[in-house]
Amino acid sequence: MTGSAGRRGGEKQMVPEAEFSSYYGRPVLKETVWGPDIPSYLFLGGLAGASSGLAAGAHISGHPVLARAAKTGAAAAISLSMVALVHDLGRPARFINMLRVLKVTSPMSVGTWLLSAYTPLALAAAACAVTGRLPRGGAAATIGAAALGTGVATYTSVLLADTAVPAWHDAHRELPYVFAGSAAAAAGGLGMLAVRPDHAGQAARFAVLGAAAELTAKSLLLRRLGPAAEPYQKGRAGTMMEAGDVLTAAGLAGAVLAGRSRPSRHCPAPR
Amino acid sequence: MEIPPPDLGTGRAEPGIDPAARAGYPDHPPRMGFFTDTSVCIGCKACEVACKEWNAVPEDGLLLTGMSYDNTQGLSASTWRHVAFIEQSAVTTRTRDGAPITATGAEGAADLRWLMSSDVCKHCTEAACLDVCPTGALMRTEFGTVVVQDDVCNGCGYCVSACPFGVIGRRETDGGAHKCTLCYDRIGDGLTPACAQACPTESIQFGPLDELRERANQRVAALHDAGKPEARLYGADPGDGIGGAGAFFLLLDQPEVYGLPPDPVVTTRDLPRMWRNAALAACGLAGAVVAACVTGRA
Repeated sequence: MTGSAGRRGGEKQMVPEAEFSSYYGRPVLKETVWGPDIPSYLFLGGLAGASSGLAAGAHISGHPVLARAAKTGAAAAISLSMVALVHDLGRPARFINMLRVLKVTSPMSVGTWLLSAYTPLALAAAACAVTGRLPRGGAAATIGAAALGTGVATYTSVLLADTAVPAWHDAHRELPYVFAGSAAAAAGGLGMLAVRPDHAGQAARFAVLGAAAELTAKSLLLRRLGPAAEPYQKGRAGTMMEAGDVLTAAGLAGAVLAGRSRPSRHCPAPR
Repeated sequence: MEIPPPDLGTGRAEPGIDPAARAGYPDHPPRMGFFTDTSVCIGCKACEVACKEWNAVPEDGLLLTGMSYDNTQGLSASTWRHVAFIEQSAVTTRTRDGAPITATGAEGAADLRWLMSSDVCKHCTEAACLDVCPTGALMRTEFGTVVVQDDVCNGCGYCVSACPFGVIGRRETDGGAHKCTLCYDRIGDGLTPACAQACPTESIQFGPLDELRERANQRVAALHDAGKPEARLYGADPGDGIGGAGAFFLLLDQPEVYGLPPDPVVTTRDLPRMWRNAALAACGLAGAVVAACVTGRA
């Protein structure tokens, strides 16, 4: 912004000051019609996808307690996600129309197919882990869910970025990393809550990596975005973003501390 | 999988992308569109009424807004033509290059100017609503226009956030997305769309897009000759961020004044880059799993 005060003495302004006009102050874009279901889904989908990743890591490295908890968490989160997704539709009975086509130009279409493949695997992995049946099938489902889960946790960033909303679209470079980090932080946090501390080491490390990535990517995003970042910094959204950052940082610190002072086997799990 | 085939062209003179050919109509009629010449709009709203009547679009609120004679407010799921009224007291406008123009009329009577403009769906060459629609409810017609198939739409609302013009909306009563069809049911039968048919001043002109563009260029030149340098076309350039609009406008002020975005860009142009970044982030997530679970012991 160049104000006239900063101008050298008596220099004549050849270009008129920019004036921003609008049509009776009305926004050019339509406000999104997505209600609270979609942000809930973004969180739950990330939680589920990253939990499946953590589950596979714990499963393969021989930590069945954490693996079982993460598989169960993923199955629960993705089930709630599907409810939120269908509920948000203007015509929920027509959810199945999502499966008429596969369009790479529509992140929602890609995501629907991704979820259609991921959800049964996540449910199967959890069912096998809980019942102890079909261990081989369970292992295969665990690996499959983990592979697709990384996509489930990150495609949602493209879903938001592929819109005309400047704060979403212009953030498309960093948003996937924010989502991946936040998903890992959530999954790690759930793992730490769900199992006894002596089983939670991998979950704590996952949460630390995720929270650090999320905070880093978010600060890069805000710095690059400039004026388009205003919606993230002002009003109710700004307050919630700030609260989220503080909580993530606190969770990060907590996870680091938990990793340092590993309690004995007999300590009760923190709630 | 609806990956559009490459544009092979149909030997027509129209520059830029041929959207109907790209959507899979090898033999198709010429691309049809609207040229809305706002310099002759008298704000009668016959277009709004004709559109509602023909398309059986429901009522969308009866209120007095105080926005000049505009009580319609804007395009929405239940408003497919919208006449904007702009009252300008100090008539200082700018040409396309940003140079100020102060209009002077006879006996100083020109200190009030009324701009009227009938807005409509732009039927973009590169249409974001159509790209992001997950059900295929939004489709390209053989005329190159963009239409919602109401029996397919499941009301996901993605198109609403994707449209850079804020045109398409979701209707509360039926949960579906709706917008101008460029009277697909009329033009397929050789008729003129209802709004253009009803327009008493030919402010709304309907026809093959290349003819309309030619006519619009002549009109701008005539207005410039008549001492109206502020006349400019909006959405007529196939090189713009949406590949040119199928419904374009002649404006007498900056687009923002009419509530139009100055430089709209279809969001899907950046989509390959977005998918790449998401894939990298997904790999990063897998890397974090390995780092958390393999290095060191629990």
